[in-house]
Amino acid sequence: MISKTLIIIGITITTFSFTAGAATDSNEPERSFLNALSDITEFHGFYEMRGGYRLRKDKYEKDMSIMENRLQLDLFSYPEWGDIKVKGDFFGDLVTEQGDFDLREANIFARPTEYMDIKVGRQILTWGTGDLVFINDLFPKDWQSFFIGRDTEYLKAPSDAVKISLFSDAANLDIIYTPQFDPDRFIDGSRISYWNSNLASLAGENAIVHTDKPNRWFKDSEIAARLYKNIDNYELAFYGYQGYWKSPGGQNAAMTQATFPDLNVYGASIRGVVGKGIGNLELGYYESAEDSSGKNFLINNSEIRYLVSYTQEIGKDFTLSLQYYIEQMTDYDQYRDNLPSGPARDELRHLTTMRLTKLLMKQNLKCSLFTYYSPSDKDVYMRPNINYKVNDYMAVEAGGNIFFGDYPQTFFGQFQNNTNIYMGFRYSF
Amino acid sequence: MRTIITAIFIFSISLPITAEEKTDPNEKKTDIETIAVQAIVEKANVVAYYQGDDGKATVNMVITNKQGQKRERQFNILRKDAKDGGDQKYFVYFQKPADVRRMTYLVHKFVDPQKDDDRWLYLPALSLVKRIAAGDKRTSFVGSDFLYEDVSGRSLEEDTHELIETTDKLFIVKNIPKKPDSVEFSYYNVSIDRKNFVPMKMDFFDKDGKLYRTIESVKVEMIQDLPTVVKSVVTNLQSGSKTEMEFSNVKYNINLEDIFTERYLQKPPREAMR
Repeated sequence: MISKTLIIIGITITTFSFTAGAATDSNEPERSFLNALSDITEFHGFYEMRGGYRLRKDKYEKDMSIMENRLQLDLFSYPEWGDIKVKGDFFGDLVTEQGDFDLREANIFARPTEYMDIKVGRQILTWGTGDLVFINDLFPKDWQSFFIGRDTEYLKAPSDAVKISLFSDAANLDIIYTPQFDPDRFIDGSRISYWNSNLASLAGENAIVHTDKPNRWFKDSEIAARLYKNIDNYELAFYGYQGYWKSPGGQNAAMTQATFPDLNVYGASIRGVVGKGIGNLELGYYESAEDSSGKNFLINNSEIRYLVSYTQEIGKDFTLSLQYYIEQMTDYDQYRDNLPSGPARDELRHLTTMRLTKLLMKQNLKCSLFTYYSPSDKDVYMRPNINYKVNDYMAVEAGGNIFFGDYPQTFFGQFQNNTNIYMGFRYSF
Repeated sequence: MRTIITAIFIFSISLPITAEEKTDPNEKKTDIETIAVQAIVEKANVVAYYQGDDGKATVNMVITNKQGQKRERQFNILRKDAKDGGDQKYFVYFQKPADVRRMTYLVHKFVDPQKDDDRWLYLPALSLVKRIAAGDKRTSFVGSDFLYEDVSGRSLEEDTHELIETTDKLFIVKNIPKKPDSVEFSYYNVSIDRKNFVPMKMDFFDKDGKLYRTIESVKVEMIQDLPTVVKSVVTNLQSGSKTEMEFSNVKYNINLEDIFTERYLQKPPREAMR
């Protein structure tokens, strides 16, 4: 992992030097290398402090849910031929008692022809129409950051990939090739307690999830594609993905390691104006390729996922957004028949979300509440947040991650003891 | 060519105005006067929002609240018109403050009041293209005292227009909303420069008929022979806050290609960044 990061930084910095050199040659030869670079280069970032505590006693985890200092540095250069970007976070973390560097982006972008864009390197990738609900977006997520109260930006984990975009009047095509599988930063017990089905109990630091991750370059690769077209500002898209379940979707036969079985996804979405607001529909077929019959209880079954959403401004600077999402197991009978013990999942998981956002004090105060509620799992996850921009550089915020559930094994119910509140301060430059 | 058209315009509308000055104010308005005021507001609308076939500018805003605290905004704006007075596309690339840096914002604006603008926002940290629900156009634009509608233009169809005064230099047009419940004002007056049709001042009156908000064009320059407001100030007399907006690097007729798509929203063209 570290060596991969170093390679990416190395390549990008070499490109920076090359760029500056080229700029010096073509303009005024007497100007220094740094001057040439500074004309086309922006350097920014932020410093952030963030602390939070659990509201409930969790015997598997620390009381502190988050306690960190973070410095993000963001270098962006745009010579004539393309863009170069390097963005990374240095952080010191009191919960894990260690410091680390997280390279968020290190990529080169170019527009070689009128019909093509290309981006190579570490990058953040997103597509699909869901709001914090993902069907055809199979790019890595950082669920741990999401649940402990880091900025929503950190839900998206970076990918090391090549993105090629082709444009034509008929339709546009994005192809993303990830030579080495990039899994989610999933809940492994190290900071968030979870339901461990093998132990039939909640678990945390006592039962860290060990994985057998596909990690061979060019062999264990992922490919994602999107074909899309804007028809009268209705955005229509088709998606395809070949890779692996992004969070563990199975176990090895000895049940000692979690695995990432093969996964293929086919889907479509449409988004556009509906009445006074924006509506969208998205669906995806998750083909669990290593268990196509659904008989292997160690591997996730295939699923169909459906999403319908609507967003409307319901008052001045006040927006309401609703989503209804369903996960349907395609071979439910096989799953039931082959399940050895323990509570069975429902065939259908229903999930609703509601987002309320209100801006106040000249849009400097943002109050928002995002709520997931599953009527089938009988669990709830609420994300209240208040953010105030003190001035153009400083912002303070407070929020929470609140879980309720009737059962300890449901998607959000298992995280009940992780209910936390946090506060943060950010200085941007 | 443009000068000739302008000359014809001025000539054609100055006739009925002269006529109006002589008529009895109590007399019912004639069709010709309606046509005259319509021509004035249409021309002023084109001067204010449709100069050139397309254009770009760097916009600096300073928002000062009652306590004197200042906040700044800076962005580049690119515009392309389908035709004068018609539909438009806007592309905005934010530079300041830090929390919105490199965000891009795309608007497909329709003049048909029945049809809401299509809007998209791109959040680079999440690499997310967000579709924005059509909003109340009388909400603040980027937290300033300018409203969304002040920046993109209020459809002429929304109000009835009445020429209430003609001075040596100005036409003063009173605008009364056709749907009074949809806005916070009861009417607003626009003072339009008779020579070049630049709207020099807008005065907004609340439901009690009290002046509560003004927008002034404080600096007008000729850029590529087109009169251009390069500095304007909006003052909110109720909240005590004001916003100054300055335009620099203004260029017209730059032959913008169709950059008003998702492709460029995700990766802005060079002309939007510089």
